[in-house]
Amino acid sequence: MIDWLLEPLRHEFNQRALLAALLIGLTNGYASAFVVLKKSALKVGSLSHALLPGIAVAILVAGLQDWSAFLGALFAALLIGLGSLAVSRGSRIDQDSALAILYTAAFSGGIILLRRLEVSQEMDEWLFGNIMGMRDGDLWTNFWISFGALGILTALHRPLLMTLFDAEVAATLGVPVRFLNYLLLAILIVVLISSLQAVGCMLALGLLVTPAATVYLLTDSTNTLFWGGSLLGGIAATSAVFIGWWLNLEQGPTIVLLLGAIFLLAFLFSPKYGLIRHLLTKTANTTIDETRKTQ
Amino acid sequence: MTHETHDSCDHCDHHHELVVENIDVRYRAVHALEDVSFSTSCGSCVALIGPNGAGKSTLLKAIAGLMPIGAGRILWRGTSVGKWSREIAYLPQREDVDWKFPITVRGVVRMGRYPNAGWWRPFSKADGAAVDKALEAMGLMDLENRQISELSGGQQQRVFLARALAQEAHAFLLDEPFAGLDRTSKATLAALLRDLASEGRLVVASHHDLDTVKDIYDEVLLLKRKRIAFGAVSEVFTEAHLNTAFGSLADGRKEVA
Repeated sequence: MIDWLLEPLRHEFNQRALLAALLIGLTNGYASAFVVLKKSALKVGSLSHALLPGIAVAILVAGLQDWSAFLGALFAALLIGLGSLAVSRGSRIDQDSALAILYTAAFSGGIILLRRLEVSQEMDEWLFGNIMGMRDGDLWTNFWISFGALGILTALHRPLLMTLFDAEVAATLGVPVRFLNYLLLAILIVVLISSLQAVGCMLALGLLVTPAATVYLLTDSTNTLFWGGSLLGGIAATSAVFIGWWLNLEQGPTIVLLLGAIFLLAFLFSPKYGLIRHLLTKTANTTIDETRKTQ
Repeated sequence: MTHETHDSCDHCDHHHELVVENIDVRYRAVHALEDVSFSTSCGSCVALIGPNGAGKSTLLKAIAGLMPIGAGRILWRGTSVGKWSREIAYLPQREDVDWKFPITVRGVVRMGRYPNAGWWRPFSKADGAAVDKALEAMGLMDLENRQISELSGGQQQRVFLARALAQEAHAFLLDEPFAGLDRTSKATLAALLRDLASEGRLVVASHHDLDTVKDIYDEVLLLKRKRIAFGAVSEVFTEAHLNTAFGSLADGRKEVA
Protein backbone atom coordinates (compact mmCIF):
# COMPACT_ATOMS: atom_id res chain seq x y z
CA MET A 1 0.00 0.00 0.00
CA ILE A 2 2.72 2.45 1.06
CA ASP A 3 4.69 1.40 -1.99
CA TRP A 4 1.73 2.15 -4.19
CA LEU A 5 1.22 5.54 -2.55
CA LEU A 6 4.85 6.53 -2.91
CA GLU A 7 5.30 5.05 -6.35
CA PRO A 8 4.87 8.37 -8.18
CA LEU A 9 7.98 9.70 -6.44
CA ARG A 10 10.18 7.07 -8.06
CA HIS A 11 9.86 8.58 -11.51
CA GLU A 12 11.93 11.56 -12.38
CA PHE A 13 9.17 13.14 -14.49
CA ASN A 14 6.87 12.92 -11.49
CA GLN A 15 9.38 14.61 -9.23
CA ARG A 16 9.66 17.39 -11.76
CA ALA A 17 5.89 17.59 -12.04
CA LEU A 18 5.56 17.86 -8.26
CA LEU A 19 8.14 20.60 -8.03
CA ALA A 20 6.46 22.47 -10.87
CA ALA A 21 3.03 22.04 -9.28
CA LEU A 22 4.35 23.39 -5.99
CA LEU A 23 5.93 26.47 -7.59
CA ILE A 24 2.93 27.19 -9.79
CA GLY A 25 0.43 26.54 -7.02
CA LEU A 26 2.17 28.81 -4.51
CA THR A 27 2.65 31.68 -6.96
CA ASN A 28 -0.77 31.48 -8.59
CA GLY A 29 -2.42 31.12 -5.19
CA TYR A 30 -0.73 34.25 -3.89
CA ALA A 31 -1.46 36.24 -7.05
CA SER A 32 -5.07 35.03 -7.06
CA ALA A 33 -5.75 37.22 -4.02
CA PHE A 34 -5.06 40.25 -6.18
CA VAL A 35 -7.38 38.97 -8.91
CA VAL A 36 -10.18 38.42 -6.39
CA LEU A 37 -9.73 41.80 -4.67
CA LYS A 38 -9.44 43.56 -8.02
CA LYS A 39 -12.57 41.72 -9.23
CA SER A 40 -10.84 41.24 -12.57
CA ALA A 41 -11.23 37.50 -13.11
CA LEU A 42 -12.98 37.98 -16.47
CA LYS A 43 -10.29 40.27 -17.80
CA VAL A 44 -7.54 37.90 -16.71
CA GLY A 45 -9.49 35.05 -18.30
CA SER A 46 -9.59 36.85 -21.61
CA LEU A 47 -5.87 37.49 -21.45
CA SER A 48 -5.17 33.83 -20.71
CA HIS A 49 -6.85 32.92 -23.98
CA ALA A 50 -4.77 35.52 -25.74
CA LEU A 51 -1.63 33.56 -24.85
CA LEU A 52 -2.33 30.78 -27.35
CA PRO A 53 -2.18 32.77 -30.59
CA GLY A 54 0.96 34.47 -29.28
CA ILE A 55 2.63 31.11 -28.87
CA ALA A 56 1.47 29.99 -32.31
CA VAL A 57 2.94 33.05 -34.00
CA ALA A 58 6.16 32.78 -32.00
CA ILE A 59 6.60 29.16 -33.11
CA LEU A 60 5.88 30.14 -36.69
CA VAL A 61 8.48 32.90 -36.61
CA ALA A 62 11.22 31.51 -34.39
CA GLY A 63 10.47 27.81 -33.91
CA LEU A 64 9.66 26.21 -30.58
CA GLN A 65 12.14 27.20 -27.89
CA ASP A 66 11.87 27.95 -24.21
CA TRP A 67 11.96 31.67 -24.68
CA SER A 68 10.09 32.03 -27.96
CA ALA A 69 6.81 30.64 -26.63
CA PHE A 70 7.16 32.72 -23.48
CA LEU A 71 7.83 35.98 -25.32
CA GLY A 72 5.14 35.29 -27.89
CA ALA A 73 2.56 34.70 -25.18
CA LEU A 74 3.59 37.83 -23.29
CA PHE A 75 3.52 39.93 -26.43
CA ALA A 76 0.08 38.66 -27.47
CA ALA A 77 -1.44 39.33 -24.05
CA LEU A 78 -0.05 42.86 -24.03
CA LEU A 79 -1.20 43.49 -27.59
CA ILE A 80 -4.75 42.33 -26.87
CA GLY A 81 -4.92 44.11 -23.51
CA LEU A 82 -3.75 47.41 -24.98
CA GLY A 83 -5.77 46.84 -28.16
CA SER A 84 -8.98 46.52 -26.16
CA LEU A 85 -8.12 49.76 -24.38
CA ALA A 86 -7.58 51.50 -27.71
CA VAL A 87 -10.87 50.21 -29.13
CA SER A 88 -12.85 51.25 -26.05
CA ARG A 89 -11.27 54.71 -25.98
CA GLY A 90 -11.70 55.25 -29.71
CA SER A 91 -15.30 54.07 -30.09
CA ARG A 92 -18.51 53.54 -28.15
CA ILE A 93 -17.70 49.85 -27.53
CA ASP A 94 -16.90 49.16 -23.86
CA GLN A 95 -13.62 47.54 -22.89
CA ASP A 96 -15.07 44.15 -21.92
CA SER A 97 -16.76 43.77 -25.31
CA ALA A 98 -13.61 44.91 -27.08
CA LEU A 99 -11.58 42.41 -25.10
CA ALA A 100 -14.01 39.59 -25.95
CA ILE A 101 -13.93 40.41 -29.67
CA LEU A 102 -10.16 40.61 -29.82
CA TYR A 103 -9.35 37.54 -27.78
CA THR A 104 -11.85 35.20 -29.42
CA ALA A 105 -10.66 36.30 -32.87
CA ALA A 106 -7.01 35.89 -31.89
CA PHE A 107 -7.72 32.55 -30.19
CA SER A 108 -9.41 31.23 -33.33
CA GLY A 109 -6.45 32.32 -35.42
CA GLY A 110 -4.13 30.61 -32.95
CA ILE A 111 -6.01 27.30 -33.17
CA ILE A 112 -5.99 27.31 -36.95
CA LEU A 113 -2.31 28.19 -37.05
CA LEU A 114 -1.20 25.69 -34.39
CA ARG A 115 -2.88 22.78 -36.17
CA ARG A 116 -0.81 23.51 -39.26
CA LEU A 117 2.54 23.89 -37.51
CA GLU A 118 4.99 21.00 -37.26
CA VAL A 119 5.28 20.70 -33.49
CA SER A 120 5.29 17.59 -31.36
CA GLN A 121 2.73 18.92 -28.83
CA GLU A 122 -0.85 17.89 -29.27
CA MET A 123 -3.53 20.57 -29.30
CA ASP A 124 -4.74 19.19 -25.96
CA GLU A 125 -1.46 20.09 -24.35
CA TRP A 126 -1.79 23.74 -25.31
CA LEU A 127 -5.35 23.90 -24.10
CA PHE A 128 -5.22 21.75 -20.96
CA GLY A 129 -1.53 21.42 -20.16
CA ASN A 130 0.86 18.55 -19.66
CA ILE A 131 2.65 18.79 -16.39
CA MET A 132 4.43 15.46 -16.99
CA GLY A 133 6.15 16.97 -19.99
CA MET A 134 8.10 19.49 -17.86
CA ARG A 135 11.75 19.77 -18.79
CA ASP A 136 14.51 21.20 -16.59
CA GLY A 137 14.41 24.43 -18.57
CA ASP A 138 10.68 24.82 -17.91
CA LEU A 139 11.28 24.29 -14.20
CA TRP A 140 13.90 27.00 -14.11
CA THR A 141 11.64 29.40 -15.98
CA ASN A 142 8.93 28.64 -13.44
CA PHE A 143 11.29 29.12 -10.57
CA TRP A 144 12.43 32.55 -11.72
CA ILE A 145 8.88 33.68 -12.48
CA SER A 146 7.69 32.57 -9.05
CA PHE A 147 10.66 34.19 -7.36
CA GLY A 148 10.25 37.48 -9.23
CA ALA A 149 6.46 37.66 -9.00
CA LEU A 150 6.28 36.79 -5.30
CA GLY A 151 9.16 39.14 -4.56
CA ILE A 152 7.63 42.13 -6.29
CA LEU A 153 4.09 41.47 -5.07
CA THR A 154 5.11 41.11 -1.42
CA ALA A 155 7.44 44.11 -1.59
CA LEU A 156 4.71 46.33 -3.04
CA HIS A 157 1.94 44.83 -0.94
CA ARG A 158 1.08 48.06 0.86
CA PRO A 159 0.67 50.43 -2.12
CA LEU A 160 -0.98 47.68 -4.18
CA LEU A 161 -3.63 47.07 -1.53
CA MET A 162 -4.24 50.80 -1.15
CA THR A 163 -4.71 51.04 -4.91
CA LEU A 164 -7.17 48.14 -4.94
CA PHE A 165 -9.14 49.48 -1.97
CA ASP A 166 -9.58 53.02 -3.24
CA ALA A 167 -7.44 54.20 -6.14
CA GLU A 168 -8.40 57.86 -5.80
CA VAL A 169 -7.56 58.16 -2.13
CA ALA A 170 -4.38 56.19 -2.73
CA ALA A 171 -3.44 58.70 -5.42
CA THR A 172 -3.99 61.64 -3.05
CA LEU A 173 -1.62 59.96 -0.61
CA GLY A 174 1.11 59.76 -3.23
CA VAL A 175 0.71 56.16 -4.40
CA PRO A 176 1.64 55.81 -8.11
CA VAL A 177 -1.70 54.24 -8.91
CA ARG A 178 -1.49 54.02 -12.68
CA PHE A 179 2.00 52.51 -12.63
CA LEU A 180 0.98 49.91 -10.05
CA ASN A 181 -2.12 48.92 -12.03
CA TYR A 182 -0.03 48.25 -15.12
CA LEU A 183 2.65 46.48 -13.10
CA LEU A 184 0.08 44.24 -11.43
CA LEU A 185 -1.50 43.31 -14.77
CA ALA A 186 1.93 42.57 -16.25
CA ILE A 187 2.82 40.31 -13.32
CA LEU A 188 -0.51 38.50 -13.55
CA ILE A 189 0.12 37.81 -17.23
CA VAL A 190 3.60 36.45 -16.52
CA VAL A 191 2.18 34.24 -13.75
CA LEU A 192 -0.48 32.97 -16.19
CA ILE A 193 2.22 32.07 -18.67
CA SER A 194 4.13 30.17 -15.99
CA SER A 195 1.21 27.82 -15.47
CA LEU A 196 0.59 27.31 -19.18
CA GLN A 197 2.74 24.19 -19.45
CA ALA A 198 1.04 22.64 -16.44
CA VAL A 199 -2.64 23.39 -16.95
CA GLY A 200 -2.89 24.93 -20.42
CA CYS A 201 -4.41 28.23 -21.44
CA MET A 202 -8.01 27.10 -20.90
CA LEU A 203 -7.46 26.17 -17.25
CA ALA A 204 -4.77 28.63 -16.17
CA LEU A 205 -7.47 31.03 -15.04
CA GLY A 206 -8.77 28.49 -12.50
CA LEU A 207 -5.44 28.43 -10.70
CA LEU A 208 -5.30 32.22 -10.73
CA VAL A 209 -8.75 32.76 -9.18
CA THR A 210 -9.97 29.78 -7.14
CA PRO A 211 -7.39 29.57 -4.32
CA ALA A 212 -7.90 33.07 -2.90
CA ALA A 213 -11.61 33.04 -3.74
CA THR A 214 -11.90 29.96 -1.50
CA VAL A 215 -9.90 31.51 1.33
CA TYR A 216 -11.95 34.72 0.93
CA LEU A 217 -14.97 32.73 2.14
CA LEU A 218 -13.09 31.71 5.27
CA THR A 219 -11.25 34.79 6.49
CA ASP A 220 -11.44 38.56 6.89
CA SER A 221 -7.70 39.01 7.22
CA THR A 222 -5.81 40.19 4.16
CA ASN A 223 -2.63 38.41 5.19
CA THR A 224 -4.48 35.12 5.55
CA LEU A 225 -6.08 35.75 2.16
CA PHE A 226 -2.70 36.03 0.43
CA TRP A 227 -0.71 33.38 2.25
CA GLY A 228 -3.71 31.08 2.66
CA GLY A 229 -4.37 31.34 -1.06
CA SER A 230 -0.73 30.55 -1.72
CA LEU A 231 -0.76 27.55 0.63
CA LEU A 232 -4.03 26.23 -0.79
CA GLY A 233 -2.72 26.60 -4.34
CA GLY A 234 0.49 24.74 -3.47
CA ILE A 235 -1.25 21.93 -1.59
CA ALA A 236 -3.99 21.45 -4.18
CA ALA A 237 -1.58 21.44 -7.10
CA THR A 238 0.83 18.92 -5.55
CA SER A 239 -1.98 16.68 -4.26
CA ALA A 240 -3.52 16.66 -7.71
CA VAL A 241 -0.28 15.34 -9.20
CA PHE A 242 -0.45 12.37 -6.78
CA ILE A 243 -4.17 11.82 -7.26
CA GLY A 244 -3.78 12.02 -11.00
CA TRP A 245 -1.12 9.33 -10.90
CA TRP A 246 -3.00 7.00 -8.57
CA LEU A 247 -6.31 7.25 -10.39
CA ASN A 248 -4.83 7.65 -13.86
CA LEU A 249 -6.36 11.10 -14.44
CA GLU A 250 -4.94 14.01 -16.41
CA GLN A 251 -3.01 16.10 -13.90
CA GLY A 252 -3.80 19.57 -15.25
CA PRO A 253 -7.59 19.25 -15.10
CA THR A 254 -7.25 17.37 -11.78
CA ILE A 255 -5.57 20.41 -10.20
CA VAL A 256 -8.37 22.74 -11.25
CA LEU A 257 -11.12 20.25 -10.43
CA LEU A 258 -9.68 19.67 -6.96
CA LEU A 259 -9.55 23.43 -6.36
CA GLY A 260 -13.15 23.69 -7.53
CA ALA A 261 -14.21 20.93 -5.11
CA ILE A 262 -12.48 22.66 -2.20
CA PHE A 263 -14.17 25.91 -3.16
CA LEU A 264 -17.54 24.16 -3.13
CA LEU A 265 -16.87 22.89 0.40
CA ALA A 266 -15.97 26.40 1.58
CA PHE A 267 -19.01 27.82 -0.18
CA LEU A 268 -21.28 25.37 1.64
CA PHE A 269 -19.65 25.04 5.04
CA SER A 270 -17.78 28.28 5.76
CA PRO A 271 -18.64 29.16 9.37
CA LYS A 272 -19.15 32.85 8.60
CA TYR A 273 -19.89 33.21 4.89
CA GLY A 274 -21.14 29.71 3.94
CA LEU A 275 -24.45 28.95 2.29
CA ILE A 276 -25.61 26.68 5.12
CA ARG A 277 -24.80 29.30 7.74
CA HIS A 278 -26.62 31.85 5.61
CA LEU A 279 -29.73 29.67 5.32
CA LEU A 280 -29.68 28.83 9.05
CA THR A 281 -29.56 32.49 10.09
CA LYS A 282 -32.35 33.23 7.64
CA THR A 283 -34.53 30.42 9.04
CA ALA A 284 -33.71 31.49 12.58
CA ASN A 285 -34.79 35.04 11.76
CA THR A 286 -38.03 33.90 10.13
CA THR A 287 -38.80 31.69 13.11
CA ILE A 288 -38.29 34.61 15.44
CA ASP A 289 -40.53 36.73 13.23
CA GLU A 290 -43.22 34.06 13.21
CA THR A 291 -43.02 33.61 16.97
CA ARG A 292 -43.48 37.34 17.30
CA LYS A 293 -46.46 37.29 14.98
CA THR A 294 -48.21 34.50 16.88
CA GLN A 295 -47.63 36.21 20.20
CA MET B 1 6.55 63.05 21.00
CA THR B 2 7.67 65.49 18.38
CA HIS B 3 6.35 68.99 18.71
CA GLU B 4 2.91 69.52 17.36
CA THR B 5 3.42 71.61 14.26
CA HIS B 6 0.98 69.50 12.30
CA ASP B 7 -1.56 69.27 15.02
CA SER B 8 -3.43 72.17 13.54
CA CYS B 9 -2.60 75.25 11.59
CA ASP B 10 -2.87 77.43 14.67
CA HIS B 11 0.57 76.31 15.68
CA CYS B 12 2.16 77.43 12.45
CA ASP B 13 3.33 80.98 12.12
CA HIS B 14 1.41 81.85 8.99
CA HIS B 15 -2.09 81.44 7.75
CA HIS B 16 -2.81 78.67 5.24
CA GLU B 17 -4.73 79.93 2.31
CA LEU B 18 -6.45 77.95 -0.41
CA VAL B 19 -6.84 79.97 -3.60
CA VAL B 20 -8.76 78.71 -6.61
CA GLU B 21 -8.23 80.99 -9.58
CA ASN B 22 -10.36 80.87 -12.73
CA ILE B 23 -10.19 77.12 -13.12
CA ASP B 24 -11.68 75.27 -16.03
CA VAL B 25 -12.27 71.51 -16.12
CA ARG B 26 -13.49 69.44 -19.06
CA TYR B 27 -13.97 65.73 -19.53
CA ARG B 28 -14.04 64.97 -23.22
CA ALA B 29 -17.17 66.85 -24.38
CA VAL B 30 -18.45 67.88 -20.94
CA HIS B 31 -17.55 71.29 -19.62
CA ALA B 32 -17.70 70.48 -15.90
CA LEU B 33 -16.34 73.69 -14.38
CA GLU B 34 -16.04 77.06 -16.03
CA ASP B 35 -14.02 79.94 -14.69
CA VAL B 36 -14.49 79.09 -10.99
CA SER B 37 -12.66 81.17 -8.39
CA PHE B 38 -12.77 81.44 -4.63
CA SER B 39 -10.34 81.69 -1.78
CA THR B 40 -10.55 80.66 1.83
CA SER B 41 -8.21 79.78 4.64
CA CYS B 42 -7.70 77.45 7.56
CA GLY B 43 -10.22 77.60 10.35
CA SER B 44 -13.11 77.84 7.94
CA CYS B 45 -15.79 75.31 7.15
CA VAL B 46 -16.88 75.74 3.52
CA ALA B 47 -19.98 74.23 1.93
CA LEU B 48 -20.13 73.52 -1.80
CA ILE B 49 -23.74 73.78 -2.81
CA GLY B 50 -25.41 73.31 -6.15
CA PRO B 51 -27.73 71.03 -8.09
CA ASN B 52 -26.67 67.56 -9.28
CA GLY B 53 -24.02 67.83 -11.96
CA ALA B 54 -23.02 71.32 -10.83
CA GLY B 55 -19.40 70.24 -10.56
CA LYS B 56 -19.09 69.91 -6.78
CA SER B 57 -17.27 66.57 -6.86
CA THR B 58 -15.18 67.72 -9.79
CA LEU B 59 -14.05 70.80 -7.88
CA LEU B 60 -13.09 68.71 -4.83
CA LYS B 61 -11.15 66.30 -7.02
CA ALA B 62 -9.41 69.14 -8.81
CA ILE B 63 -8.24 70.59 -5.49
CA ALA B 64 -7.13 67.12 -4.39
CA GLY B 65 -5.02 66.84 -7.55
CA LEU B 66 -7.09 63.99 -8.98
CA MET B 67 -8.33 65.91 -11.97
CA PRO B 68 -6.23 67.87 -14.46
CA ILE B 69 -7.41 71.46 -14.83
CA GLY B 70 -7.56 73.04 -18.26
CA ALA B 71 -7.03 76.63 -17.28
CA GLY B 72 -6.45 78.66 -14.13
CA ARG B 73 -4.58 77.50 -11.06
CA ILE B 74 -5.09 76.18 -7.56
CA LEU B 75 -2.75 77.44 -4.86
CA TRP B 76 -2.30 75.98 -1.41
CA ARG B 77 -0.07 78.07 0.85
CA GLY B 78 1.07 80.03 -2.17
CA THR B 79 2.21 77.09 -4.33
CA SER B 80 0.35 75.21 -7.02
CA VAL B 81 -1.14 71.92 -5.86
CA GLY B 82 0.49 68.95 -7.54
CA LYS B 83 -0.87 65.44 -7.97
CA TRP B 84 -0.96 65.03 -4.22
CA SER B 85 0.01 66.65 -0.95
CA ARG B 86 -0.03 65.11 2.49
CA GLU B 87 -1.50 68.37 3.76
CA ILE B 88 -4.63 67.88 1.68
CA ALA B 89 -6.87 64.92 2.49
CA TYR B 90 -9.59 63.71 0.13
CA LEU B 91 -12.56 61.83 1.60
CA PRO B 92 -14.63 60.14 -1.13
CA GLN B 93 -18.37 59.52 -1.06
CA ARG B 94 -19.08 56.49 1.05
CA GLU B 95 -20.87 54.74 -1.79
CA ASP B 96 -17.73 54.91 -3.95
CA VAL B 97 -15.91 52.57 -1.57
CA ASP B 98 -16.01 48.77 -1.50
CA TRP B 99 -16.96 48.17 2.13
CA LYS B 100 -16.62 44.39 1.74
CA PHE B 101 -12.89 44.77 1.26
CA PRO B 102 -11.16 42.63 3.91
CA ILE B 103 -9.50 45.28 6.06
CA THR B 104 -9.87 46.51 9.64
CA VAL B 105 -10.63 50.03 10.83
CA ARG B 106 -7.04 50.38 11.97
CA GLY B 107 -5.83 49.17 8.57
CA VAL B 108 -7.73 51.94 6.78
CA VAL B 109 -6.60 54.64 9.21
CA ARG B 110 -2.99 53.46 8.91
CA MET B 111 -3.11 54.17 5.16
CA GLY B 112 -2.86 57.81 6.19
CA ARG B 113 0.70 57.08 7.29
CA TYR B 114 1.73 55.96 3.81
CA PRO B 115 3.43 59.30 2.98
CA ASN B 116 5.66 58.63 5.99
CA ALA B 117 6.26 54.94 5.67
CA GLY B 118 6.50 54.65 1.89
CA TRP B 119 6.33 51.47 -0.18
CA TRP B 120 7.67 48.93 2.25
CA ARG B 121 9.22 50.44 5.38
CA PRO B 122 7.55 49.00 8.49
CA PHE B 123 5.32 51.46 10.34
CA SER B 124 7.29 53.25 13.07
CA LYS B 125 6.28 54.00 16.66
CA ALA B 126 5.45 57.55 15.59
CA ASP B 127 3.13 56.12 12.91
CA GLY B 128 1.45 53.93 15.51
CA ALA B 129 1.04 56.87 17.86
CA ALA B 130 -0.47 59.03 15.11
CA VAL B 131 -2.95 56.28 14.25
CA ASP B 132 -3.87 55.85 17.93
CA LYS B 133 -4.41 59.56 18.29
CA ALA B 134 -6.60 59.73 15.19
CA LEU B 135 -8.69 56.75 16.32
CA GLU B 136 -9.06 58.31 19.75
CA ALA B 137 -10.12 61.69 18.34
CA MET B 138 -12.82 60.06 16.23
CA GLY B 139 -13.99 57.80 19.07
CA LEU B 140 -13.01 54.65 17.20
CA MET B 141 -10.66 53.05 19.74
CA ASP B 142 -13.13 50.27 20.55
CA LEU B 143 -13.66 49.50 16.89
CA GLU B 144 -10.03 49.45 15.74
CA ASN B 145 -9.97 45.72 15.01
CA ARG B 146 -13.45 45.65 13.49
CA GLN B 147 -13.87 44.77 9.81
CA ILE B 148 -15.01 47.82 7.86
CA SER B 149 -17.94 45.78 6.53
CA GLU B 150 -19.38 45.77 10.05
CA LEU B 151 -19.55 49.56 10.48
CA SER B 152 -22.52 51.88 10.41
CA GLY B 153 -22.59 54.82 8.01
CA GLY B 154 -21.56 57.30 10.66
CA GLN B 155 -18.68 55.09 11.77
CA GLN B 156 -17.52 54.71 8.16
CA GLN B 157 -17.39 58.48 7.78
CA ARG B 158 -15.41 58.77 11.01
CA VAL B 159 -12.92 56.17 9.75
CA PHE B 160 -12.26 58.41 6.73
CA LEU B 161 -11.81 61.41 9.02
CA ALA B 162 -9.43 59.42 11.21
CA ARG B 163 -7.37 58.48 8.16
CA ALA B 164 -7.14 62.16 7.22
CA LEU B 165 -6.07 62.98 10.79
CA ALA B 166 -3.43 60.23 10.73
CA GLN B 167 -2.23 61.76 7.48
CA GLU B 168 -1.78 65.03 9.43
CA ALA B 169 -3.71 66.91 6.77
CA HIS B 170 -4.54 70.59 7.12
CA ALA B 171 -7.25 70.71 4.49
CA PHE B 172 -10.09 68.18 4.47
CA LEU B 173 -12.03 67.78 1.23
CA LEU B 174 -15.24 65.78 1.78
CA ASP B 175 -17.63 64.61 -0.91
CA GLU B 176 -21.20 64.50 0.45
CA PRO B 177 -20.17 63.43 3.96
CA PHE B 178 -23.72 63.62 5.30
CA ALA B 179 -25.38 61.58 2.55
CA GLY B 180 -27.22 58.54 3.87
CA LEU B 181 -26.50 59.15 7.57
CA ASP B 182 -29.16 58.94 10.27
CA ARG B 183 -30.03 61.94 12.40
CA THR B 184 -27.70 61.13 15.31
CA SER B 185 -24.73 60.41 13.04
CA LYS B 186 -25.35 63.66 11.20
CA ALA B 187 -25.24 65.61 14.45
CA THR B 188 -22.04 63.85 15.54
CA LEU B 189 -20.38 64.48 12.18
CA ALA B 190 -21.42 68.14 12.18
CA ALA B 191 -19.86 68.59 15.61
CA LEU B 192 -16.65 66.88 14.45
CA LEU B 193 -16.37 69.12 11.39
CA ARG B 194 -16.93 72.18 13.58
CA ASP B 195 -14.17 70.94 15.92
CA LEU B 196 -11.76 70.44 13.03
CA ALA B 197 -12.38 73.98 11.80
CA SER B 198 -12.06 75.49 15.25
CA GLU B 199 -8.73 73.69 15.71
CA GLY B 200 -7.56 75.62 12.68
CA ARG B 201 -8.11 73.16 9.85
CA LEU B 202 -9.81 73.93 6.57
CA VAL B 203 -12.92 71.88 5.84
CA VAL B 204 -14.47 71.94 2.36
CA ALA B 205 -17.50 69.70 1.85
CA SER B 206 -20.12 69.28 -0.84
CA HIS B 207 -23.50 69.42 0.82
CA HIS B 208 -27.04 68.56 -0.18
CA ASP B 209 -29.26 69.40 2.76
CA LEU B 210 -30.02 73.14 2.52
CA ASP B 211 -31.70 73.23 5.95
CA THR B 212 -28.52 72.44 7.90
CA VAL B 213 -26.06 74.71 6.07
CA LYS B 214 -26.32 77.57 8.54
CA ASP B 215 -25.59 75.35 11.53
CA ILE B 216 -22.48 73.72 10.15
CA TYR B 217 -20.65 76.01 7.77
CA ASP B 218 -18.93 79.41 7.88
CA GLU B 219 -18.75 80.00 4.15
CA VAL B 220 -20.69 78.85 1.12
CA LEU B 221 -19.70 78.42 -2.51
CA LEU B 222 -22.80 78.24 -4.68
CA LEU B 223 -21.95 76.40 -7.83
CA LYS B 224 -23.65 75.55 -11.07
CA ARG B 225 -20.78 74.81 -13.43
CA LYS B 226 -19.83 78.45 -12.89
CA ARG B 227 -19.53 80.18 -9.57
CA ILE B 228 -22.81 81.77 -8.60
CA ALA B 229 -21.75 83.25 -5.30
CA PHE B 230 -19.12 82.82 -2.61
CA GLY B 231 -18.84 84.30 0.84
CA ALA B 232 -20.00 84.07 4.43
CA VAL B 233 -23.15 82.01 4.92
CA SER B 234 -25.17 85.02 6.04
CA GLU B 235 -24.33 86.95 2.85
CA VAL B 236 -24.44 84.24 0.24
CA PHE B 237 -27.05 81.80 1.45
CA THR B 238 -29.96 83.94 0.29
CA GLU B 239 -33.11 83.10 -1.58
CA ALA B 240 -32.04 85.08 -4.62
CA HIS B 241 -28.75 83.19 -4.96
CA LEU B 242 -30.40 79.84 -4.34
CA ASN B 243 -32.92 80.62 -7.04
CA THR B 244 -30.10 81.17 -9.50
CA ALA B 245 -28.47 77.89 -8.52
CA PHE B 246 -31.51 75.66 -8.35
CA GLY B 247 -33.89 77.32 -10.80
CA SER B 248 -36.41 78.27 -8.16
CA LEU B 249 -36.06 77.64 -4.47
CA ALA B 250 -39.12 75.43 -4.38
CA ASP B 251 -37.70 73.18 -7.09
CA GLY B 252 -34.39 73.14 -5.31
CA ARG B 253 -35.91 71.98 -2.08
CA LYS B 254 -37.85 69.29 -3.82
CA GLU B 255 -34.70 67.96 -5.39
CA VAL B 256 -32.88 68.12 -2.09
CA ALA B 257 -35.59 66.22 -0.28
